[in-house]
Amino acid sequence: MSIADNLPVLIAALVAFCVVVYVLADGFDLGIGILFLLAPRERERDLMMASVEPVWDGNGTWLVMGGTLLFATFPAGYYVLLPAFYLPVIFMLFALIFRGIAFGFRPQTARFRWLWNLAFAAGSIVATMCQGLILGGLILGVTMKGGMFAGGTFDFLSVLGLACGVGLVGGYALLGAGWLIWRTSGPTQVFAREVAHSALILTALMMVLVSALSAWRVPEVAQRWFAKPNIFYVAPIPIITAVVLLTIWRRIWIGREAEIFVLGLIVFFLGFAGLVISIWPYVVPRHVTVWSGAADQQSLAFACTGAALIIPIVLAYQAYAYWVFRGKTVSEPHDAESPSSY
Amino acid sequence: MDPVILARLQFAFTIGFHILWPTFTVGLASFVAVLSGLWWRTGRTVYRDLMHFWIKLFALAFGVGAVTGLVMSYEIGTNWAGFSRSVSNVLGPLFMYEALTAFFLEAGFIGIMLFGEKRVGKGMHFFACCMVAIGTLMSATWILAANSWMQTPAGDVADADGIFHVVDWWQVIITASFPYRLAHMVCASFVTVSFVVAGISALHLLRRQNVEASRVAFSMAMWMALILTPTQIVIGDFHGRNTLIHQPSKLAAMEGLWDTTRGAPMTLIAWPDMKRAQNLYAIDVPKVASLYLTHSWNGEVQGLKAVPPSEWPNVPIVFFAFRIMVGIGVILLAVAITGGVLRLRRRLYDARWFQLVSLATTPFGFIAVLAGWTTTEAGRQPWIVYGHLRTADAVAPVTAHAVALSLAGFFVIYAIILLVFAWFAGRIVLAGPASRQTALTKYIRPSLALSAPGLVAGATSDTSPDTSSMNGRVMP
Repeated sequence: MSIADNLPVLIAALVAFCVVVYVLADGFDLGIGILFLLAPRERERDLMMASVEPVWDGNGTWLVMGGTLLFATFPAGYYVLLPAFYLPVIFMLFALIFRGIAFGFRPQTARFRWLWNLAFAAGSIVATMCQGLILGGLILGVTMKGGMFAGGTFDFLSVLGLACGVGLVGGYALLGAGWLIWRTSGPTQVFAREVAHSALILTALMMVLVSALSAWRVPEVAQRWFAKPNIFYVAPIPIITAVVLLTIWRRIWIGREAEIFVLGLIVFFLGFAGLVISIWPYVVPRHVTVWSGAADQQSLAFACTGAALIIPIVLAYQAYAYWVFRGKTVSEPHDAESPSSY
Repeated sequence: MDPVILARLQFAFTIGFHILWPTFTVGLASFVAVLSGLWWRTGRTVYRDLMHFWIKLFALAFGVGAVTGLVMSYEIGTNWAGFSRSVSNVLGPLFMYEALTAFFLEAGFIGIMLFGEKRVGKGMHFFACCMVAIGTLMSATWILAANSWMQTPAGDVADADGIFHVVDWWQVIITASFPYRLAHMVCASFVTVSFVVAGISALHLLRRQNVEASRVAFSMAMWMALILTPTQIVIGDFHGRNTLIHQPSKLAAMEGLWDTTRGAPMTLIAWPDMKRAQNLYAIDVPKVASLYLTHSWNGEVQGLKAVPPSEWPNVPIVFFAFRIMVGIGVILLAVAITGGVLRLRRRLYDARWFQLVSLATTPFGFIAVLAGWTTTEAGRQPWIVYGHLRTADAVAPVTAHAVALSLAGFFVIYAIILLVFAWFAGRIVLAGPASRQTALTKYIRPSLALSAPGLVAGATSDTSPDTSSMNGRVMP
């Protein structure tokens, strides 16, 4: 294989990396939004929001990074898939807007705090459902003609997409609960441990349902997983996933505090690996591959150089930001010296 | 309705709304960084109070800017798939570099800037503020490089399918109009923020709130206005002459000039009639346009008729938007110079009429920025990539209904955001920069607070922090 063949694969790995970081990082702060209205009191909600407030914006930036990287490296993925998923993408953006401004606006008001609680929770849930619908639509594939999207506005609606959405809601809630078990204490932590169970059950059920539906609806996916000899190579993924899910089930109340969060991340990583196995090597499934859909050599090289040089620096200072706000989040008494208490 | 018009309306609306927030945060991030640095080096509490006050407004605006910017990065794909398909090789990497070098930098340090001062110390906080400020400037640089390439494309070749390929990255990034556009926009942001800081500080001076801090901020803002407003006008002149060379029909629309003319007049006001290809009710000043465009009384300026009408932009929109921008520039220059004169006469803090004037000019910068962007973007039409790709060929294969629905959604949501922002920002502004807990002042009854100005009225610059904390005029 020449460099021309390898570069798209390398870049695909880079795009995948950004998507994974996005899902893992924004996953837990979306999860906190999903759990927001379930929390028993306003005090827990304050603490939940405070625990992600310094980092949520950095997490969300990976979504912009993923989008622009896709535009730069696999443009077909950008200009075919975005029109194909027009409504879920737009509604995800609407939802992320509400959720994002809730961080700034919620502490400003006592009387209408419930409204911003609702905006934060509904924004997180709708954004997650939209991501699920996009994911389901991606597995099922889109209609293309003459290199452009040629389907209808509501093509994205599918049972598989809804199952993916519910599964992501469960999965993000599990990550959020894991984060809270790790980063808070007292009643908030107890609450997190309690909801982690339900979130785990929802996640596990939906992972099974999504796998079954994908294999049933899309022959190519069934072929990829069940044909010999593939089945021997890919079988470990569902088996390890099952083991990790069982481990979470047993360790919610007894494990070390960071354990559920880390195990939750592993579940997501495995789920993503499953997705890659199902759709590789397509950017737009069954239409455009990473080779036929790659941008110019020129553009790939330029984008890749920057990404390779700068992403490590980005990761370093994001890690520093997490480190600055390490340890248990405590609710600080309102104090005009710190700008967090408007 | 025509999907192209709908998609254009949606893009104009979402980007017009979005640009307000970066305009504010690009300038404000630098102001906060300066305040953080001054607080760190001098230890004067007045800088700390100002920094905390402006960080609150920065945090609110930054959040809105980030989420409305996220919309832009996906809208280009959802609504402008034809454009994305044609230009992805060129613009894709530029957008990616913006995310990589700017958005991450802002997002990575904004947490420390907003919440981390106590955890990391003053020096590190200053560093974080600088990183956020540099991030905002990097963002402006990349996005204006992309926009400038659409205005004055270079360094690329288009193939038979209409796909652009890059030949030389340097030429793509540093196009003919890029340096002028970047300087003009960044300076616009700083000027806008200067007048916002001046206006809000003037309000606090009028209300006798934390007089010492308000004087410092008012003084800093008026210095910036005095230096930057004339600078902006000079940059604007250079930018205009650059447009004359590279986008003559845009410039002709700005000037309302139909025939190629030597010694072209400056049209103060007119109604440009596209059907008749002439100006109605025009008030002209002879030869002045040639003077400022070519720096010669008889310089030649190309008119609109040099190209066929199918390649004209909408002349009235460009013509009036340009006049709004320039008119505001002239007003702001007058205000800045008046501030300088008052300072010389040592009346800067006492002239209440001037504080009212400053308060009134608070939103002017934003209006000028919107007018300026309208001029340059509407002036580029009918091209999306000037001279190469028509806007009508750039839309996505989505139905008009879907675009209309999302446009309505954006309209409602952005209106709500603006109202809520105005409400909360208004409360922060009315509370003013505090040297004590704002939480306490919230509980002071308005009637009680209204009696306070009499006490604080005589306060001078050596007011102790305790006195200036009697700024409990919070609206009920």
